[in-house]
Amino acid sequence: MGTKLDMGQILEDLESTSTLDELSAVAVRLRDRLQVEHLIYHWVDGANNQYGYTTYPDAWAERYQEKSYHRIDPVILGCFQRFHPVDWKTLDWSGKVAKGFLQDALSHGVGNQGYSIPIRGPNGQFALFTVNHSCDDETWKRFIDTHGRELILIAHYFNRKALEFESNRRPDATRSLSPREVDAMTLLALGYSRAQVAHSLTISEHTLRVYIESARSKLGAQNTTHAIATALSRGLIVV
Amino acid sequence: MLRYLFADELHKFPALAEGMFRDRADQFKTRLGWDVDVNEKGEERDQYDDLNPLYVIWEEEDGSHGGSMRVLPTTGPIMVNEVFGHLTGGKPIRSPVIWEVTRFCLSRTASPHTAGAIMLSGGEIMEGFGLTHIAGVFDARMIRIYRLIGSSPLVLGSEGTGRDQISVGLWPYSAEDCNRVAERAGIPRELSRLWFKTAFGTGRQHRFALSA
Repeated sequence: MGTKLDMGQILEDLESTSTLDELSAVAVRLRDRLQVEHLIYHWVDGANNQYGYTTYPDAWAERYQEKSYHRIDPVILGCFQRFHPVDWKTLDWSGKVAKGFLQDALSHGVGNQGYSIPIRGPNGQFALFTVNHSCDDETWKRFIDTHGRELILIAHYFNRKALEFESNRRPDATRSLSPREVDAMTLLALGYSRAQVAHSLTISEHTLRVYIESARSKLGAQNTTHAIATALSRGLIVV
Repeated sequence: MLRYLFADELHKFPALAEGMFRDRADQFKTRLGWDVDVNEKGEERDQYDDLNPLYVIWEEEDGSHGGSMRVLPTTGPIMVNEVFGHLTGGKPIRSPVIWEVTRFCLSRTASPHTAGAIMLSGGEIMEGFGLTHIAGVFDARMIRIYRLIGSSPLVLGSEGTGRDQISVGLWPYSAEDCNRVAERAGIPRELSRLWFKTAFGTGRQHRFALSA
C-alpha cells in the first residue's frame, strides 16, 4: 500500500484542476497512488450546502442516502465538530445501530479500515477527507504511520481547491450575520462610535472588534465602511 | 492528570469545566486586568469557546481544575489572526500543521508542575497529530514561566509594555523540548503519552477491524 508518494506530483495535479470533474479525476488517481480501495471527500459550507465525492460503489452511496445513514454513521458523528485526524478504530462502534450500519457497509464493499481528517475552513465551512481500505490492523497502522502527515496536507490542499471552486461558483453567496454581528453593524450604520457600540452592547471593544471583523469577512468587504454598505444593500441590517 | 476534552465533552466533567471558566475569569480579569467578558456565573468565555475548541485541562488530585489551555486549528477562525493579526505583520497564520493555543491559565492553587504539564500536552499534540508548530497569545508574565518550564516561543510580535504586554509567538515542534519539559514537570513521557492515547488513540479502542 502506497509505499512511495510523490507529494510534488499530487500537489501539481491538484493545482492544475479547474473544475469539479477534474478534481474527481485527481481523487481517483490519488486513490490509485495511495493504493487504497477508497477515497471520500465531503464538504459542508457555512450555508449548509453539501458536496461530496466518493469512490465507493454507487449501490452503497445510494443505500447510504436512502437510509439517511449520515445520522448514525460513527465516522460522521465522531468527526463533525472535531479537527484532529481520526482512525476509525478509535470511534464508538459498540451500539447496536452502529454495528448494523457497519455490517451493511462491509457487505457493500466498504473496507474495514478507515482514516478520516476533519477540516475547518473559513466561515463555518467543514470538510471530511477519508481513506478507506481492507487489511489487518498491523498493515493499516504502518500505512498511517508512513503517510499520516502527507494525508493531512493532501486533505487540506484538496479542500483549498474545492473552496476556490465554491467561491467561483457562488460569488454572491449571501451569508447571514449572527444576531450580535447584526447589532454591531446596525449601531455602526447609525453613526455610533466603536466605544458607544461596545457600551450599548455591554461588550468590550476587543470583542466588538471580533464581531466587526467576522461580519466584514462574511460579507467579503474590504473594511468596516464597505461592510456596512454591503450589509445595508443586501438587507441584512435595517436602519 | 491531563485531560483532553472538546467543548462538547465538558458536560461529562461539570466541576472541572466550571473551575476552568472561573479560573480564567480570575486570571484574565481579576489578576491581569484584561478586557475580557465575565458572565453572571463568574465565568470568562468568549466567542472562540463557541467553536467547539479542544481544552487541555490539568486535573488536580481532588478533581479540581489546576490549569488549562484552549486549542483551535489555524485553518478556521482563530484569535491570533482575528484579534492580534496586526502583531504578525498582517500575514495570517493559516496552516493545517499549525494549531493555536490561547487562554493558558493557572488556578491560584495550582500544584507546582501544572504549567509544565500543560506545556507538555502541547508537545504531545504536535507529536500525535503531526504538527510543525503551535501558535499562541500570551502575557508578559508567561515569558518567564515558559523559560522555567523549558520551552520558550519565538516571539512574532508584541504590543503594550511591562505587565500589560501581550505577545504572539510560535513554538516549533522539538522532541528534545518535549523531553526536557516532561523531565522538569516530573511526568514520565510514557504516562503523558498514555493520557493522550486515552483521549484520542487506541487506548479507548473499540475493536471492529476484522483482522483480514
